[in-house]
Amino acid sequence: MSNSLHHAITQAEQIILGKPQQIRLALACLLARGHLLIEDLPGVGKTTLAHVLARTLGLQFSRIQFTSDLLPADILGVSVYQRDTNEFKFHPGPIFAQMVLADEINRATPKAQSALLEAMEEQQVTIEGTTRALPAPFFVIATQNPAYQIGTFALPESQLDRFLMRIQMGYPDAQAERGLLSGMDRREIVAGLSPQMTSVELFELQKQARKIFVSPALLDYVQAILRHTREAVRYTHGLSPRAGLSLLAAARAWALLDNRDAVIPEDVQAVLPGVASHRLQAPGEHARQNSDMLVRELIESVAIP
Amino acid sequence: MSKHLIYGLLLSILMVIAPHAEHLPLWASSLCAGLLAWRTYLAYSGTALPKRWLLMLVTLAATAGIVIEFHTLFGREAGVTLLVLLAALKPMELHKARNAMVVIYLACFIIITNFFYSQSIPTALYLLATLMVIVTTWVHLQAQGIALKARARIAALLLLQALPLMLILFVLFPRVPGPLWGLPQDAYASSGLDERMAPGSLSRLSLSQAVAFRVTYNDKPPRRDQMYWRGPVLWMFDGRAWTPGTTALSVAPQFTELGQPINYSVTLEPHNKAWLFALDVPDKLSIPATSRDTLLAQTADCGSGCEAAIPAPDASQRRVMAATLTHDFQILNKEPVNARLRYAARSHLVYRANLQETAQQLKRGLQLPRQFNPRAQQLAAEWRSSEKDDETIVRTALSYFHNQNFVYTLEPPPLGVHTVDDFLFTTKQGFCEHYASAFVFLMRAAGIPARVVTGYLGGEFNSVGNYYIVRQSDAHAWAEVWLAGRGWVRFDPTGAIAPERIQRGLSAALPDNAALPFMARNPPQWMRELRLNLDTLANQWNQWVLGYDAERQFAFLTRLGIESITWQKMALDMAGGLGIAIALFALFMLRHLFARQPDKVQAAWLKLCARLAKSGLPRAAHEGAQDYAARIAAARPELAEAIRDLAARYTALRYRAGHDEHEQREFLQRAKALKI
Repeated sequence: MSNSLHHAITQAEQIILGKPQQIRLALACLLARGHLLIEDLPGVGKTTLAHVLARTLGLQFSRIQFTSDLLPADILGVSVYQRDTNEFKFHPGPIFAQMVLADEINRATPKAQSALLEAMEEQQVTIEGTTRALPAPFFVIATQNPAYQIGTFALPESQLDRFLMRIQMGYPDAQAERGLLSGMDRREIVAGLSPQMTSVELFELQKQARKIFVSPALLDYVQAILRHTREAVRYTHGLSPRAGLSLLAAARAWALLDNRDAVIPEDVQAVLPGVASHRLQAPGEHARQNSDMLVRELIESVAIP
Repeated sequence: MSKHLIYGLLLSILMVIAPHAEHLPLWASSLCAGLLAWRTYLAYSGTALPKRWLLMLVTLAATAGIVIEFHTLFGREAGVTLLVLLAALKPMELHKARNAMVVIYLACFIIITNFFYSQSIPTALYLLATLMVIVTTWVHLQAQGIALKARARIAALLLLQALPLMLILFVLFPRVPGPLWGLPQDAYASSGLDERMAPGSLSRLSLSQAVAFRVTYNDKPPRRDQMYWRGPVLWMFDGRAWTPGTTALSVAPQFTELGQPINYSVTLEPHNKAWLFALDVPDKLSIPATSRDTLLAQTADCGSGCEAAIPAPDASQRRVMAATLTHDFQILNKEPVNARLRYAARSHLVYRANLQETAQQLKRGLQLPRQFNPRAQQLAAEWRSSEKDDETIVRTALSYFHNQNFVYTLEPPPLGVHTVDDFLFTTKQGFCEHYASAFVFLMRAAGIPARVVTGYLGGEFNSVGNYYIVRQSDAHAWAEVWLAGRGWVRFDPTGAIAPERIQRGLSAALPDNAALPFMARNPPQWMRELRLNLDTLANQWNQWVLGYDAERQFAFLTRLGIESITWQKMALDMAGGLGIAIALFALFMLRHLFARQPDKVQAAWLKLCARLAKSGLPRAAHEGAQDYAARIAAARPELAEAIRDLAARYTALRYRAGHDEHEQREFLQRAKALKI
């Protein structure tokens, strides 16, 4: 693993205490060039994680707070008439940044949500007939509150699929919490963070991740997992081919983080909760079942060929 | 270059040139043997190879020897001798792998020269074994350090892979009627009947068990004593030997009062002479291997009782005719039969032939050298004066042979200047040529036109293949006499002395004759059966492998359902077939690119897991190798290092790109060796 990546992880772990797995998953997601959805209660450090990642990776950062009255123009930007030059001038919205934190995405109306999601998919936005490219690299870290909270518009499945991973933060353990409570103000530390890599280096790492070797035996395993989700009655619908591709890309990035040049089944198992939990749903009355449980069952019921 | 490789190369050369020892000049065979022995010794003792100038000297001397022996460097014998000598010399300059390659190619090439001399099944099998040795050596050259057994297996596999290609080429390679290229004249063996018949010539031939031809009858075969296969007709007698004499008339023979026709097909072994054999008088003949035009000209049916359908030689037609029927009912092929020839014919055993014989022919039938054999001439004159009827004189002569204690033998005593007199009045021992010669002489002396006919009589029935084998030992000579009102009539004087010869064959006529070859005598039943089975096999080989010509190819492909066969189409099919076969092989050989390598690694890993499970630490089906190793390491610290190592190796072999045999072997050994 490159030094810079190692430093980035170390630096993030110093701020976000007791969450190494989440940090690595988030990094893997970025290395796999995917967007990340963090779902948890308010105040468990979602925003901080996004901040830390942006800072550490040296990315230009912007934040959009999603509310129920948020309009697409608030995300994308607007053209304003300039009286002195007699023409419209485009004022880019907060989406024009390398890392966009979309906070509480499920508080906004579907219209505003889809404006963001389209930008995520296309890596470009079209405003008033003009297509404008978004900066590269372009990451969206969206956070959302658990769906049962009041005043939320749940993201439809098709839009959830746009996120490579969904992770949950969870409460910190006692030791981490003690560190958090006794330590400095998080906001101050984040402000003082220094970038550990340039965007060129990040590009390189992404390229490296794509080159990680995948053996036929591993493909067998991935296919066995996909097949299982499609055949078992435990899921309303199986994983899509795009999910399969995402799983492989994430596993590659995970292998890179683990400093290996080939993907092994453990990599797949490590990223599977992130990649599959928001794409799988138990049918009927089990719909509310914890999705992490579903994925754990999935792992345990597919033998490694 | 390793000693064993050199031995292999020498063995290849030895095997490929050994069959030539039979017909090579003795000095050439000895020189080859000496060279190979010398080279073997050099390899064995590790001595340096001879100097270049010495090799040049030997080469020049050998070439000179060939020129002196054959007066040429070309042609079959000289060319083959040269090749064989060079092949024996080549190992003397085995310096580099490149030289070894040349030796291998040379050996492969020289294989073909063996087929100039024999195309039998044993030859083919022997050369296949030779090829196997050559390819095994070749494998050795390309990949040192493989055990002999493994090399042989690779070689066998290579030859097996070549088999479908060979079949495609064999079946589809466009055949042209006639040979693609001519072999030099001396390439054709010639054994069989000669145009010249002197005392002793047939009895010598009778010692040969070589097959003259094989016959399949379409319907019921005739009686054995009617199977007179007519060959050369001999008119001229010079006092000792009979010859055909000057060319016969270009007039078609006349056949009348023909009886039931007999249809049969003959597969004639090459005898290097133009004549074809047929039963008595043939009126229809077709040679399938020749072009269609000829075929049509040949098969024009005329029904019974008319003139022969085989036209007499006519200058304008001769070019398109495959064969012609002469005035004395011989079938002459357009050219000498120097390859196995298959033809179908129709014959009549009941006939009147040339009732109106020309005066010229009748005069030829009376030609006699008057200065020889006065006593025989006198005897004939006595018969003539007492009898007016020609046929009675014939009977008299036959009963003379029957009553005067003549002996039928393969080893008659030698005869003097007056061969017929000595035979008739002194020795009274003879073989069929003696009887035929004396009989015709007597007839002519008595003023009855007569001629000697040579050919074959009878044959051995092969019940396995349902055909008759006619061997050289069935060679026979008899007489034909022209009687007014009956035309040419066959009389066989041998039948008057040894009727068993006519009815049951030579071995029956001469049961205890030691001069007969062992196989021609009455062998035990099992041996007879074995011989018949082998001959059936040889016949099939002849018909379908060696005799696979344009016509057979056409018939075979039509039966396969390939319509409208042209050579272009065949060439395309052949190219396509070869392409498909090669592509299939390529796919088969490159299958590891598509499929995973045979999973010894996985098997070994699962076995290891099973062993660990027995010790109470089973691996969950979904548990990766690293996780499992970590769990084992925690539970069994003494195994920690080994199991981590194994898991890392297993993971690398299964999930990483580009590993080699060595890593795999290492893992398999360690997995096996782990003590739990």
